[in-house]
Amino acid sequence: MEPIGCKSCCAKKTVDEGPVTGKGKLARYLLLLAPSLIVWWLVYGMLPGFSRLLTYQVFGVAQGSHLGDSLEFLFYDTPKVLLLLTLVVFGVGIIRTFFTPERTRKVLAGKRESAGNVMAALLGIVTPFCSCSAVPLFIGFVTAGVPMGVTFSFLISAPMVNEIALVLLYGLLGWKVAALYLGTGLFVAILAGWVLGKLNLEPYVEDWVMKIRTDPSVVPVDEQTWTDRIEAGLRAVKDIVGKVWIYVVVGIAVGAGIHGYVPEGFMASIMGKGAWWSVPAAVLVGIPMYSNAAGIVPVVEALLGKGAALGTVLAFMMSVIALSLPEMVILRKVLKPRLILVFAGVVGLGILLVGYLFNAVIA
Amino acid sequence: MEIKVLGPGCAKCKETEKLVREAVSEAGVTATVEKISDFQQIAGYGVFSTPAVVIDDEVKVVGKVPSKSDLLSWLKA
Repeated sequence: MEPIGCKSCCAKKTVDEGPVTGKGKLARYLLLLAPSLIVWWLVYGMLPGFSRLLTYQVFGVAQGSHLGDSLEFLFYDTPKVLLLLTLVVFGVGIIRTFFTPERTRKVLAGKRESAGNVMAALLGIVTPFCSCSAVPLFIGFVTAGVPMGVTFSFLISAPMVNEIALVLLYGLLGWKVAALYLGTGLFVAILAGWVLGKLNLEPYVEDWVMKIRTDPSVVPVDEQTWTDRIEAGLRAVKDIVGKVWIYVVVGIAVGAGIHGYVPEGFMASIMGKGAWWSVPAAVLVGIPMYSNAAGIVPVVEALLGKGAALGTVLAFMMSVIALSLPEMVILRKVLKPRLILVFAGVVGLGILLVGYLFNAVIA
Repeated sequence: MEIKVLGPGCAKCKETEKLVREAVSEAGVTATVEKISDFQQIAGYGVFSTPAVVIDDEVKVVGKVPSKSDLLSWLKA
């Protein structure tokens, strides 16, 4: 779970402009877009050759040595991941301008379970969500008539299925693992939310929450032009990549070290498929840990490379991101302890299930 | 003028409070700036994502850090 810093809060700043300057700005942005993408693509393609050149020619390290392997990994993956991150954060930043918590709330209000759970989990990915908004959001959803289980599906998917994790998984492990994470993340969010809904936990919400009656139309509606949206995307890149890049570099450095120096199959004994207890252990170890996705994925990649089983590692990653002690402490303001424990338990079990499933199915 | 900044205390909420105070001194208006972190009170304003800014009991912005120019225009209105 990311620390309670609002990584994906929209720090949008609108600028008042007349129609002429507005259009001029948009034209400028669009004109820059195509060449920027081409440059991005070219640089991306040159990275493997570049990293080899740097390691073996410029630094003169011997091929096949531990240091050579580590350095080549480092020089290739660091710019690659940073490039991917920039592109995806920009794109997702723009997509997010189309969604607001208020709109999501309206869409989900009064939806039945099952369909509602699926929609909530999907919306959790694209709605801008700040961990500090978890409590206000919970109150808002519940008082608008969104079923509790549906609200939980949203609250589980929003932090867990995040674009940074997906980009990093894709960049370091390929699209299959990224797609798996996306699919299982949604699955856990939908299933856990649905189960929690069935458990009739309304009595365990703090009493004052249910007594709130407010008029939702009091919140100002937000009109955005395409210039605003593009600027929001650029701002997201500056905020998110600006904040996260150091974790990415450190994470990749650690990964590079493991990559070059830890012998193959070393992790197999601790985190491999044979160790059945490794999945629950991974989930438990993940709970008190909180890390942003950027830091943990490169480590995950290295562990996998050394023989750790995919299910165990996925379970660990989900547990770190989705089950966090700080978030549960904050939720205590609106949920009674029993509900928090049930919540953690159900989500934990879901993650456990995913872990075992993967270890059993993936050869 | 009564300004309330709603938020539990994460980085964005603190940034909003800082911007509000700066805008108040720049605009040269007399205003009280109060930070509200209690969720019950925040919910009472009909606000369900933070940070948010309320001026004289009117909700101006919800769920994001407002721009200095927006703040100034609201203060001078």
